[in-house]
Amino acid sequence: MDFNLKIWRQKNAKEKGHFETYHISGIEEDASFLEMLDILNEQLIREGNDPVAVDKGCKSSGPVSFDHDCREGICGACSLYIDGRAHGPDDHVTTCQLFMRHFKDGATITVEPWRSAAFPVIKDLVVDRTAFDKILQAGGFISVRTGSAQDANNILIPHEQAEKSMDAAACVGCGACVATCKNGSAMLFVAARVSSLALLPQGRPEAARRAKSMVAKMDELGFGNCTNTRACEMECPKGISVDHIARLNREFLKAKFRD
Amino acid sequence: MAEKLISKIPDGPLAEKWTKRKSQLRLVNPNNRRKLEIIVVGTGLGGASAAASLGELGYNVKVFCISDSPRRAHSIAAQGGINAAKNYQNDNDAVYRLFYDTIKGGDYRSREANVYRLAEVSAAIIDQCVAQGVPFAREYGGYLANRSFGGVQVSRTFYARGQTGQQLLLGAYAALNRQVAAGTVKSYPRHEMLDLVIINGQAKGIITRNLVTGKLERFGAHAVVIATGGYGNTYFLSTNAMNSNGSAAWQCYKKGAFFANPCFAQIHPTCIPVHGDQQCKLTLMSESLRNDGRIWVPKKMEDVMRLRKKEIKASQIPEEDRDYYLERRYPAFGNLVPRDVASRAAKERCDAGFGVNETGLAVFLDFSDAIKRLGHQRVQERYGNLFDMYFKINNVSPWEEPMMIYPAIHYTMGGIWVDYDLQTTIPGLYAIGEANFSDHGGNRLGASALMQGLADGYFVLPVTIPDYLSNKFAEPKTDTNDPAFEEAEKAVQAKIDRLFAVKGKETVDSIHKRLGNIMWEYVGMARSEEGLKKGIELIKELKKEFWSNVCVPGSQYEFNQELEKALRLADFLEIGELMARDALNRNESCGGHFRVESQTPEGEAQRDDANYMYVAAWEYKGEDVEPELHKEPLKYEFIEVKTRNYKD
Repeated sequence: MDFNLKIWRQKNAKEKGHFETYHISGIEEDASFLEMLDILNEQLIREGNDPVAVDKGCKSSGPVSFDHDCREGICGACSLYIDGRAHGPDDHVTTCQLFMRHFKDGATITVEPWRSAAFPVIKDLVVDRTAFDKILQAGGFISVRTGSAQDANNILIPHEQAEKSMDAAACVGCGACVATCKNGSAMLFVAARVSSLALLPQGRPEAARRAKSMVAKMDELGFGNCTNTRACEMECPKGISVDHIARLNREFLKAKFRD
Repeated sequence: MAEKLISKIPDGPLAEKWTKRKSQLRLVNPNNRRKLEIIVVGTGLGGASAAASLGELGYNVKVFCISDSPRRAHSIAAQGGINAAKNYQNDNDAVYRLFYDTIKGGDYRSREANVYRLAEVSAAIIDQCVAQGVPFAREYGGYLANRSFGGVQVSRTFYARGQTGQQLLLGAYAALNRQVAAGTVKSYPRHEMLDLVIINGQAKGIITRNLVTGKLERFGAHAVVIATGGYGNTYFLSTNAMNSNGSAAWQCYKKGAFFANPCFAQIHPTCIPVHGDQQCKLTLMSESLRNDGRIWVPKKMEDVMRLRKKEIKASQIPEEDRDYYLERRYPAFGNLVPRDVASRAAKERCDAGFGVNETGLAVFLDFSDAIKRLGHQRVQERYGNLFDMYFKINNVSPWEEPMMIYPAIHYTMGGIWVDYDLQTTIPGLYAIGEANFSDHGGNRLGASALMQGLADGYFVLPVTIPDYLSNKFAEPKTDTNDPAFEEAEKAVQAKIDRLFAVKGKETVDSIHKRLGNIMWEYVGMARSEEGLKKGIELIKELKKEFWSNVCVPGSQYEFNQELEKALRLADFLEIGELMARDALNRNESCGGHFRVESQTPEGEAQRDDANYMYVAAWEYKGEDVEPELHKEPLKYEFIEVKTRNYKD
C-alpha cells in the first residue's frame, strides 16, 4: 500500500510547528500504524544521509519523534491524532493497535500530536503529559502502608462491583479524552480513577476528599471544564463510560456539601 | 576470587531462614532515615513498589524512568496474573508447594532460600494489593477468584481480567504518587541512567541523560537500586516494550557488578506469529489462555497444505484429525506445561512440517471446547480483552477460528548477581525484579514475575537495605562534584560524541534487526557449540560495523529517539555476546536453555547436575577482554533434585 503522510513537525516547545508531507510505499496491510512510521523514519534517516536525495529537495527534518512503548495497547504512551481522531479511524484502540488495513490505498493521512493547553508539545508528535501524574499525586490513591493490610478475603466485594471498578480502572492514561474534548477537559481521566476506587469498600473512606482534590488539581493545571458532550467516551481506547463522570460528580458534590 | 560471591544465605531450616535473616539485619532510626538518600532506577513493579515503600519509611528517594510517566513501565503489559500461596481454593496449596513448583519449574538452577522467601511473602502481596484498591477478579460471593498457570496443579493465580500487570502497577504507582505528594519521593520521568558512579568502592550515584533537553545530569545518593527489567530486546523481536533495554544493568556490570546466567532467556509459547519483515514487536497472548484453550496442529500433512493455501479453515478439520500434542506428550499437565516445554514442543511440530500458517511457524490455540463448556459470557469475562486484541491485530475472531501462536522471547531469568539481601557485588548497589537473577533459575513459571517484582519491592528490599545504610547517616551527602562523577560524565559524553562522529550509512534499527536475527538463529531455542561460536563471531563483526557505520541523526541537546536507541544498541551488542558466551559455557540443557548436544532420546532437555549445578557469574575485565567466570555452587538441602517430569 502507498500513502501520503502529512505530519506535524515541531523542533521543540518554543519553535513554531508546520506540516511536512512524505510519500511512503510498499506498506503491508497487516502492518500497524506505528510500524509504518518506523519505516518512514528509516526512509527519512537514509534520505537525510544521502546527498543525492538532499539535492533532490529532501527537506531532512530528520526522523519523526513520537511516543510509543508496549505496542500492545496497554502502556498508554502512543498518542497520535490521525485524520482528526485521537488514535485514528478504528474504534476502541490505541494508535499502536491501529492497522493499515483501515486506510484506503493511496490515501493522504494527517498526523498531529495531542492538542491541549495542558499537554505542551515537546517535539513533533510528542507531548508532555506530566499533568496527569500531578492529578493522580493529588489523591488518586488509597492511603495504606506497605505491610499493614489484613487478609485479602476479609474485604468482600461482589463480583459485579469488582467488574465495574475494573471497567474504570482499565484507563491507560493516554490522554485521548483530553485531546478529543473541545474544552480540553480531563474529566474522564479523573473520573475513571475516582470511580474505580469509590466503587470499592477500601476506597470509600477517602472517596469525597479524593474527588475534591483531584478536581481542584485538574482545574489548576489548565484543563477545561466538562460540558457533557461525551466525545471523550467515543474516543476512549478502553471504552470508559461517562457514567463514571456522574459518579465523580456525586463524590465531588458530597465533599462540597460537607465543606 | 570466589570470596566475592558470598550469598549471605542464613543457615537453619528452610522455613526459618528469612525470619532469621530479618532478625540479624540492622535498622535505621526514623530520624536518621530522612538524612539518607536512595536512588531507584526504573518504575515497574519492583522499582515503583520499592520507591514507594522506602519513601514511606522516611528515606529520601529519587526515582527515575525513561517514559513520560512511571505508569508506563513494561510491567503494565503483564496479562495473566500473580501467584500467591493463599490456598483459597482448598486445593492443598501451601508456601512449600509454591516454592517447590518454582524451583522445579526453574529446572533446579535457582537458590532454595530465595525461592522459599518469595513463596513465603507471596500471600502478603495479595493483601497489600487488595488494600490499595486493585480490582482483582471476584467470585459471586465476593471472595477472590483464582485460575491456573503452567507448571502447577493448583489454582493460585490472582488476576484482573487480562490486565493484571496493569492493575498491580497502577497500585504501586498510586503508592508512589502518594509518597511524591508527601515529599519523600522525587520523580524524574524521561531520564535515562547512562552510568553508575562508584566512590571508594561503593555505589554513590548515577549519570543520567535528560531525554527532553539532552543534558547529562548527576545524582548522588547513599545507595542505588537497579529495577530496570530484563534484556530480552537483545533479540530485537520480543514481547518486551520497544524501549525496554538492558543498558542500566549493563553499566553496572561494566563497573564491576557480576552478571549471572545471562543465557537464561525465556521463550514464551503463546505469542502472535511474525508476519513479514516490517515488524518490530511481537505481541504476547497471555498464558492464562492455556487454562481453557487447547493447542494443536493437524495430524495430516494434506490438511496443513490446504490450510496454508487457505482452502480450508481450522474449524473444518475434524476432531480425529487434530494432534493435541501437549496433551499427547504430557498427559499430567497437558496444555499447562511450563513455558520452555510448551515452546520446544511447538518448535518440534513446526520443524516436522506441521506449522499452520504461510511461514510454517505457527500452531493453533483453540477455544471452541471452552466456549461450548463455559458459554460465551464466562469466556468473555475471562479472556474478552485478549480475544479483542487478537482480533484487532489479525482480523480473525477467536470466537470463530482458533488463534495462531508461536514462541517468542519474553523474559530474561538471568541478570545482575545479587546476594540474599539483593545486594550486588558492588556495596550499596542493589538489583531487584527482572533485573536480578535470583529466583527463577533456568525458566520462570507464569505469573511469577509480578510476584517477584512486588516481593522484592514491598517486602524484601525495604528490610534488607537498612542493614547497609545503618552506619551511613552520619556521612555527608554525596558530592556530585567528586572526581568520580566528573570521570563518569566524561565517559558518557565521550560515548555520545563517538556515536555522532561515526556518520555512517546504516540505521540503528537495521543493525538491531540483524543482531536479532543472529541471536534467534544461534542463541535461540536450540543452541549448539558450533552455532554459538559462530554467533559470537558474527556479533563481534556486527559490533565493529555498528561503531564504524551507524548513522545517528540529529544532535545530543534535543529530544532524540535515535540517539536513545543507538546507546541501547551499543549495549545490546555486548549483552548478546555475553549471552552466547554463557550459553557456550553451559553444556547442558536446562529450562529455557537448550543445548542440542544435551538431550534425551525423546528430545527432552537433559541437565548435567554433576558439572553445571551452579550460578555462572561473569566479571567484566575490560573492552575486548574475555570476562572471568565465577561459580556459585547451588546446594539443595531441603528438596530432592529430580528430572523434571510433566508427563505423569
